[in-house]
This record gives sequence, C-alpha cells and structure tokens, in this order.
Amino acid sequence: MGPLSTIEKLAILADAAKYDASCASSGTTRRNSTGGKGIGSTEGMGICHAYAPDGRCISLLKILLTNHCIFDCHYCINRKSSNVRRARFSPQEVVDLTLSFYRRNYIEGLFLSSGIVKSSNHTMEQMVEVARILREEHDFRGYIHLKTIPEADPELVHQAGLYADRVSINVELPTDAGLVRLAPDKDARQIAGAMGKVKSDIVETRDARKRFRHAPRFAPAGQSTQMIVGADAATDADIVSKASRLYDSFRLRRVYYSAFSPIPDASAVLPLKRPPLVREHRLYQSDWLMRFYGYQPAEVMQATEADGNLPLDIDPKLAWALKFRERFPVDVNRAGKEALLRVPGLGVRAVERILASRRHRTMRLDDVARLTVSIAKVRPFIVTADWRPVMLTDRADLRALLAPKTEQLELFAA
Amino acid sequence: MSAPFRDMRLPGAFGVTLPEPDDFEFWRDQARALVQRDVPPDRVAWIEPGGAGDLFAGGRRRLPSPGADAPPVRASRAFVQLAKTAICHSDPERFALLYRLLWRMQGSPRLLEDGADPEVRRLDEMARAVRRDIHKMRAFVRFRLVEGGDGGAGEHYVAWFEPEHHILRANAGFFVRRFANMTWSILTPRGSLHWDRAVLEEGPPAQRSDAPAGDPTEELWRRYYASIFNPARLKVGAMLKEMPRKYWKNMPEAALIPELVAGAQSRESQMVAAGTLEMGERPTSLSAIDKAIHACRMCPIGLLDNRAVMGEGPRDAALMIVGEQPGDQEDLAGRPFVGPAGQLLDRHLERAGIDRRSAYVTNAVKHFKFVQRGKRRLHQTPTAKEVDICRWWLEGERELVQPRLVLAMGASAARGMLGKTVSISKVRGAPHPLEDGSELWVTAHPSYLLRLDGPAREEQSRLFDADLAAVKERLEELT
Ligand code: SF4
Repeated sequence: MGPLSTIEKLAILADAAKYDASCASSGTTRRNSTGGKGIGSTEGMGICHAYAPDGRCISLLKILLTNHCIFDCHYCINRKSSNVRRARFSPQEVVDLTLSFYRRNYIEGLFLSSGIVKSSNHTMEQMVEVARILREEHDFRGYIHLKTIPEADPELVHQAGLYADRVSINVELPTDAGLVRLAPDKDARQIAGAMGKVKSDIVETRDARKRFRHAPRFAPAGQSTQMIVGADAATDADIVSKASRLYDSFRLRRVYYSAFSPIPDASAVLPLKRPPLVREHRLYQSDWLMRFYGYQPAEVMQATEADGNLPLDIDPKLAWALKFRERFPVDVNRAGKEALLRVPGLGVRAVERILASRRHRTMRLDDVARLTVSIAKVRPFIVTADWRPVMLTDRADLRALLAPKTEQLELFAA
Repeated sequence: MSAPFRDMRLPGAFGVTLPEPDDFEFWRDQARALVQRDVPPDRVAWIEPGGAGDLFAGGRRRLPSPGADAPPVRASRAFVQLAKTAICHSDPERFALLYRLLWRMQGSPRLLEDGADPEVRRLDEMARAVRRDIHKMRAFVRFRLVEGGDGGAGEHYVAWFEPEHHILRANAGFFVRRFANMTWSILTPRGSLHWDRAVLEEGPPAQRSDAPAGDPTEELWRRYYASIFNPARLKVGAMLKEMPRKYWKNMPEAALIPELVAGAQSRESQMVAAGTLEMGERPTSLSAIDKAIHACRMCPIGLLDNRAVMGEGPRDAALMIVGEQPGDQEDLAGRPFVGPAGQLLDRHLERAGIDRRSAYVTNAVKHFKFVQRGKRRLHQTPTAKEVDICRWWLEGERELVQPRLVLAMGASAARGMLGKTVSISKVRGAPHPLEDGSELWVTAHPSYLLRLDGPAREEQSRLFDADLAAVKERLEELT
C-alpha cells in the first residue's frame, strides 16, 4: 500500500472528527483582511456554510491532525485498540487545505483536534504549529478553534490560546466514575486543572489589555467543552449539574453535548444502543433555559422525572410549567419579564416584543398570536384582555394535549 | 434626470419611480418631501425601476414647494435601520409599506415599539427575510478558481449566486473585507460585483452560463462534506430548514445529499456491525450469561473450535478470582482452573488459607484461544481488544456476584478489570479501589510460575504467596 493521498487522509480524518459536536465560529474579535496580506474576517456572528444530512451545520473545516492515539478511551473510535484506518496530516497539509477551502468561501476557519501521537506535548506542539503557520506566515484572519490536550504542558496550551480564537478541553464524561471506567488514561483532575489554567489566562490577558493596548489577545472567543451523553449511567440531572458547575468554575462559553453514537469497532464496555438523539436536544434546551431564560440549574433539575432524566416527549420548559401549575396563568398585560419568560412557547424575542407592545395597547389574544410561533402552545398559560384559560392548567391531560404528536417525535429522533 | 413626480389620473395623486430597487436615499428624500406636503399614503404610487408606471401616465406636474412652516419629518432611528434593510426586499409593496409607516409615525412617534401592529409586523418580517438572504449569500456563495494559481498572483475567483432579494450591493462590503487580497467576481441575475484587490466595480446582470463550473478543490470539499456527517444521526428536516433546495444547484456538495441520505441507514448498521453484534440487554442472571457466552461470537476467538467456559462458585462470594482464559483442559472439561495452572493455584490458595470453594473463579476471556499444531492446541494470549470485548461478560458476572475483593491474575485479567494495560510488578501488593467501593488486587498468573525454574521460580512463588496472604488478610477486614 502506497502512502495515502490528501483526499484519502481528509476522508479518514474528517470521518474521525464527526463525533465532535462543537461547530461555533462566533463571538470572537472583529477582524478583516483589509490592510493585511492574507485573507479572512470575523464579524461577530459566525456563518454556517453548509448543513450536513445529520442536520448539523458546517462552518469550520473540522478535522483531526491524526487519528493515531496512544490512549485507549472506550467511547473513542481512535483509541489504541481500535482497528480503524489511520492517517496523519502534516501541519502544512492542514494549512493548505484550510486556505484553499477558505478562499472558495466553504468555511469560516479551522477546528483542529487530534489523537495523541508519541506524547501529549509532541501532539500539542504540532497543533500549535498549524495555527502559527496560518497566522504568521499567511496572515490568516479567519476563525481558529484548537482542541487542546489536557495532559500537555500548560505553556503549550498557552501558545495555542495566543493563536486561536477559541480553545476547548473536553471533560468527556459527566461523572468522574464514568471517566475512570471509560477513559482509563484520562484524569479528571488534570482536565479540571487545564481548564482552570485556560480560564486564568483569559482573565489575565483581558485585564492586561485594559492597561496595555498591545497586550496579546488570548482565546478571545473563550473556551468550551464537550460531554458525551448516554455512554454511562449519568442522568440528565447529573449532566445539568455538572454543566452548571463547569460554567461557574471555568466561565465556559459553551458546554456541548454529544449523544454517544455507535462507533465502528466499539468497545464492549459501551452500551450497544445509542441514546435517543432527542435526549441531547433536551439537554441543549435546558442549557438555553439557564443561559437565556434565567432558570437556575436546580430548577431545570426540578423538570426531570423520577429517573433523573428530562422527559423526551415534551421540552424542559413545558415540563417545568406542568410541574408548577400554580405559577400560571400569567397575565400578559401585567406580568414582569421573569414571569413571561417562564411561559411555554414564549421566546426571549417574543417577550421583549410583548413588553414593548403593551405600552401601546392592551394585549389581546390575537396580538400575542402575531408575536409568537404557536399561540396554541401559549394559550393555556396566559391571560389576555379577551382570554382566560378555563381551568386548563388543571386538566390532567394537559401534557398529552400539548406534547407534539408521536409521529413528529419519531421523525425528530430519526 | 427626469422629475420624480408625475401627475396621475386621480387628482392630487403622485407616482414615484425609483432609480434602483434598493435605493434607500432616494426613497427617503422623496418620502420626506411627500410627508411635508401632506400627501397621504393612498395618494402615492411607488414604482420599481422598469415597473408598471404607465398606470399613472399623464401630464407632468411638480409638487408645490413645502410651506416655510412645514413641520420637520420625524422617523426613529430604529425605523431608519429597519427601512434600510427592508427596502432590499423583492416585494413591490415595500416602498408603500414604508411610506405608510412613516406617515403614521408622524402622529405616533413610537409606533415601531408596537410589534403587534400588523404593519409594523410586516416591516419586521421583510427586514428579517432580507437579513436571512444576506446571511445565506455569505454562506452559500462558492468561489471557483478560473485563472492563475490558488492563492497566487493572477488568480481570479468567480461565483454565481441567485439571491431572492436586492441584496447584492448591501452584501458587497462583507466580501471585500473578507477577501480583500483576492481578485474575485460575484455574478447574479440582479447584477454583478468585481473586486481587483483595490476597487469594487458593479456590473450588469449575468447568466448562469457566464460563470464557470468546476474547480479541482471541489473534489476535496465534497469528500469532506461526505465524511464529516454522522449517518447515525440523520435529520434531513433540520438540514432542509437551513439549506433549502433552491440553493443547492450552486453548491458543489449538495449533489451528494440524496446519495448520503439513502446510504445512511446501511452505513449506520455497518458502523454498529463492524464493532459489536446487536445483542440487546445483557442477561441478568449467571445462568443466562452462561448460555449467552456459548453463543457469543463478538470476537474471533469465539469462532475457533472451542466452547465457552463460565465462572463458577457461590453467587454471593466475597472474593472473585479472575484468570486469563480457559486452557485446553478447561475447554474440554467446561470448567475453569482444572488444568496444571489451576492445580498450582489450588496449592497456593490452600497455603494461604483461602478456601477455593468460597470464591467465585472465572476468566477475563471466556473462550480458549489457540493455534492448532498437529494434534496439539497451543495456547495463545488474547489481544487487548479481545479482552476488552469479552469484558462485557466479566462485568456482567461481577455485577451479579458483587464481590468485596477481586483478585486479577496476570495482565489480561487486570486489563479485563481496568480496561487498560498495567504492569504487574508495579501494581501488585496493594489495593486498587473500584468505583462500586470494592477493591481490586493484582498478581501474577500461576501459569507464569509454571514456566519458570530454579531460583526465579522460587522468587516468584514467594511473591505470589505474599500477594495471596495480603489478600486473605484484607478479605478478613472487609467481611
Ligand atoms: S472470547 Fe469472549 S468476546 Fe470472544 S467470543 Fe468468546 S465470549 Fe465472546
């Protein structure tokens, strides 16, 4: 067998990256290439340049530098004992691919991850080298996300943050016990240590920039992490509480969830069935509730069922509302923002519009309907000038009434 | 330039023809003048360039100049912003809608706050549709290299795109800022843009055939697109929502979609089949596991001419002893540790004061792995992967027996317990806490002792005895 061609390597190393949930390319500093010699810009909002048939957005060239790995994590397709085909890019090859894709407007930048070859430090050095060539030799001003290796020397991780817009370190599993069992070579304390170091680097450089305009920027789009859902027995309540601790302790921009998916050559310690994708979706919804709707983690946990998991048939906001029916109906003409944000079916934007509108008119059901996606979902929970739900919040079958049709659910879960 | 205002058949009515479909400045000037002259919205007809102006054919008449006391025209900043965007919409009604809102705003300056007002709502929707189109153009324009080398001097990139609204001009700045040091053209049915690294020029509308097809990089991009998607998560609806079919024809990767979707099911089952068999839940009794391992073919060992050997011992044993795999004699007898290594183990256990019958004795791998040499079956060490696969069963036994202490003998047994390879000499002689609160102890495998002679054997026997003595002591503490 001859050496692999670039296209073969790309196929292998993109395939190996398809389990990474992160795709964001937003939230970094504004840049463009006027006055420079290279290409690229970032304007706050990232752009999804394509969507894959799995519904996920493609905004970055998401690949592994190599899928060789000296570690043996059971959930991971690249683990040492797996029989997958292996490939390895040189830093220059990754740079060339990134640039030629970028020039054709296929991508916003690069998301680079890697299996661990030789040593953690060696691998991290190679990843930093990719970013360095892009930034220094090609004056590339697009987005770079580097997944750093927690076992690597903190100085190398620091280097990564100087070139990258975002760095991430995966916590991998929601519980330490799960990590011990499924990622025997990884160490929870080391992961936390690396995340803590990145956080303090971010804070320090941000402070320095307040005093010295030319102080270097460090990961201006912050850090994120990813957790695998459904590979161990952790419940949604465990996951939500882990996520909220991570947000608090490391000021993460995002926690991504990746529903454990069957991997070729899976280790037998893993469950054989994949968890329903809708579970991952419910976790993202609960994440939104905490980030944009002012829910406390404890409240999201209140929405879980006896087994500690969020219901799959309805969204967590509705689940919470059904548990706390005494808080409804909410008077759209009088209630404060917090109360309105709790109404199932009212998004942040709709609530803002209602607040602005009601200075001009007394809201009727039709008025609310114009500001929401589905008035049917909202109606049981609100009072307007011409509408008051008749005991609807007490009806035992409310959940059945509001839950989406099973058909839809299956389509979604497909 | 001809005067913008013309007589209409209706007395006191005016028609205004826009020079460009997205000319906000022009619209603003005319709208301001009309408001000042108190011309109500139903007296104004706004006409797109090349639009149906003849409806209002008639003699020319200039608007009278506004009186000195004409009130200033008021418009909130929010309105101006929305209007600048909404004017790019392709709905011919947009100018009239904007004028109606501007007109109403003179009486209620905070009109725009009322999102429930149907006209405000319509304006908002228009602006949203335009912003989305702008965004989709930024996303789905695909440049093709037509001249020169990739990224080198003399290169020229050309794209063909079909926007839904009049957004080309509004979007030019984005492409200039992003691709400042590249020479490119964007061709659309509504006009074209040309950037030569210094100057932006506008050109006439173009046709699809004006843009070249194909670029060697597309092959790579298509391969990337096909590889990055996870067939186990097919969600076509979600994809279509964000990437409607109307955009597909100009995106090289989109041609793959039908094939990727059709193949997803089989790719997913291959993914699963390549690793494990679909076995459902793990059996929940020792006898059911016993039955299941006899049928297990999860790893190649199960395909050899052998039979599975189940662990044996009390269902509630405090001590679980794990060996590597059944040997030739175990395979024939169908019981663990009956061959030479088992007999040696028995002697050492006795010496340590451990009753073998009180322990649950089993192996990390349930089938005998061997190579046939004539009549003899030669033992072969299982690979790490085989041990990991068979761990499914070992864990099942451990879950049911729930020992307080597990003694793993040899590297395979240790891997079966830990999921990673450890060095016996480094980890022996001390407890390793397991997640469920029990303890793992690791020692050498008795067959290792069988392979040694003389002083080396004595030394290893002594170490083995010491490990067993420590286990015995610890077991008494634990139970
Ligand atoms: S050795 Fe274990 S995993 Fe392999 S076939 Fe036998 S029981 Fe199954």
